[in-house]
Amino acid sequence: MKRLSAFNVVSLTLGFSFLYLPIVLLILYSFNAGRSVAVWGGWSTKWYGSVFENDQLLDAAWVTLQVGVLSASVATVLGTLAALALARYGRFRGRTLFSAMVYAPLVMPEVITGLSLLLLFVAVNLDRGFWTIVLSHITFTMCFVAVVVQSRLASFDRSVEEAAMDLGCTPFVTFFRITLPIILPAVISGWMLAFTLSLDDLVIASFTTGPGATTLPMKIYSDVRLGVKPEINAVCSLMVGVVTIAVVIASIMTKRQEVERERAERAALAGR
Amino acid sequence: MSAKTLGPVRRKFAPWDDPSSKPLIEIRQVTKNFGSFTAVDDVSLNIYEREFFALLGPSGCGKTTLMRMLAGFEEPSAGQIIIGGQDMAGIPPHKRPVNMMFQSYALFPHMNVEKNIAFGLEMDKLPKGEIAARVQEMLKLVKLEQFAHRKPHQLSGGQRQRVALARAIAKRPKVLLLDEPLGALDKKLREETQFELLDLQMQLGMTFVIVTHDQDEAMTMADRIAVMDKGQFVQISPPAELYEHPQTKYVADFIGDINLLEGRVTKNERGRITLDSDVTGGVIDVHADSSAGAGDKAWFALRPEKAAISLLPPNDPQTNCAHGTVWDIGYVGDISVYHVRLDQGGSMRASIANTSRVVERPITWEDKVYLTWTPDSGVVLTK
Ligand SMILES: Nc1ncnc2c1ncn2[C@@H]1O[C@H](COP(=O)(O)OP(=O)(O)OP(=O)(O)O)[C@@H](O)[C@H]1O
Ligand SMILES: [Mg+2]
Repeated sequence: MKRLSAFNVVSLTLGFSFLYLPIVLLILYSFNAGRSVAVWGGWSTKWYGSVFENDQLLDAAWVTLQVGVLSASVATVLGTLAALALARYGRFRGRTLFSAMVYAPLVMPEVITGLSLLLLFVAVNLDRGFWTIVLSHITFTMCFVAVVVQSRLASFDRSVEEAAMDLGCTPFVTFFRITLPIILPAVISGWMLAFTLSLDDLVIASFTTGPGATTLPMKIYSDVRLGVKPEINAVCSLMVGVVTIAVVIASIMTKRQEVERERAERAALAGR
Repeated sequence: MSAKTLGPVRRKFAPWDDPSSKPLIEIRQVTKNFGSFTAVDDVSLNIYEREFFALLGPSGCGKTTLMRMLAGFEEPSAGQIIIGGQDMAGIPPHKRPVNMMFQSYALFPHMNVEKNIAFGLEMDKLPKGEIAARVQEMLKLVKLEQFAHRKPHQLSGGQRQRVALARAIAKRPKVLLLDEPLGALDKKLREETQFELLDLQMQLGMTFVIVTHDQDEAMTMADRIAVMDKGQFVQISPPAELYEHPQTKYVADFIGDINLLEGRVTKNERGRITLDSDVTGGVIDVHADSSAGAGDKAWFALRPEKAAISLLPPNDPQTNCAHGTVWDIGYVGDISVYHVRLDQGGSMRASIANTSRVVERPITWEDKVYLTWTPDSGVVLTK
């Protein structure tokens, strides 16, 4: 392997500090014994204890989790269906328009998405609250799922489905027994993406929420406006922890699958 | 040798000559266009029950496309496909009485070998015990018993091909479509599998349509062979007839090795044709049927093994004789192929069986030789 030059070391350090210094500081200060956010007062884990006694924070976390799971699940179903329609049914009329419209929310400013959803909910006279947040999160995350699943479908060998049908399988059963299991990893990553997007959305949730439904990012944001408490640092560190664990598990799973596959291939070649 | 080791005895089987027999598969003037490209061009064909039918042709001539239309993955742009008396138009693949083995294998990557083979049987809702028995039987047939729990990506190419074959056969369909089923197997395994296939066909009375690039395979296995070119059938005949009586230069050239000697017909009287040939510098006398009339340009087609080679001139060097110089000798184990540069220009090949190892004066490079043949050893082709 090539040795790292001094230049590479410096640029790596700078890049990573730029990315992670704020988060490191945040985590560090969540262990601060003092009440002040900026002055170090010795080590302590007491803020973590007080997080778990703060009902408001816990409620917000619970709402966020529910919104995340519900919206990610529905978005995954809808996004997968959209991806299938785009990848499969060739050149149906309006395909270009449809695909552009599926992808547009990817680049749409969140403020606009949030505002337009708010207008819609007001227009149809929907009571704003938990369900409107779920609906809006479905709307903005499903296009991400569609993108992830469609890129998997692009390399999907359709003859496998044909073989299933040739063996007497109806198209409907073929989808569940053949297509879905094969694209499942992509569908799961789509779900995870949707879930994390929902988890840390502040803007759209703020627009579409109503009384009684406060997500964790909203709660944190409103608390911080009254002054940063070390408790908040602890909550944020916990969120960082949850997301990190999820990402690490996901990548370990992918890596292990790859390794296993490679080993099996070698074994097959050696012992044929 | 017992009858068993000799394998199934091929009885006389020629329903295509019998106007009263009903075909199992009828392909009527079927055309398939992909955009402006015509992959299959107005073909008609009848395939009979229990027939072993082979499709032979160069890459891209439309063999797979024809198969896919039979299996129901492509709708013909024009024409009709009838299987078992039923018009297949609009009938989806899972409702057709045919199974196809894919050229690309199309194994289910998330299922192991056993599950792959069992899939079609599960779709038929067979009882569990019977499925297990049938899967074992298939694994044995394709010699993959110890690989039953491997996933497709853990198999070699030839093993995958055998799984695909087993999966298609397991359902014992009335019609089995095999798209190059044995291409990735070594010679020995291929011959064994060919034999098993024939045996299976005999036992179960299935009808096979097989695509192959291997002429020998088509010749040894098929009842009839269709030679395809550019989306059309050039000739449909039993193997021996295809070899001995090709109808066009294309078929003659495609099947086996052949010498094509150009000439002009001077006489065609009830199966006795005479050609003047610049290539031999004399006349060619042929006993064969041909529509060629006097004055037509035609080709005399002669298999290399039907030409005799000699250092001495024959009695009549003006008739059915060409002379030249040995330019190359190919030694292929049981036969030797002599490439001869003719004195009049052009070249010919003659193959001689290496029956005796001691030859008093072997023919060798640069020798002046005479090639001769009898009037009934070749055919006259006009196109
Ligand atoms: N879906 C398609 N769209 C456009 N052209 C196609 C399509 N499928 C096949 N073709 C064309 O039709 C022609 C015949 O293809 P086909 O697969 O039937 O060939 P083949 O005889 O099976 O060849 P090979 O021996 O290489 O398998 C080819 O020129 C191919 O490019
Ligand atoms: Mg093909």
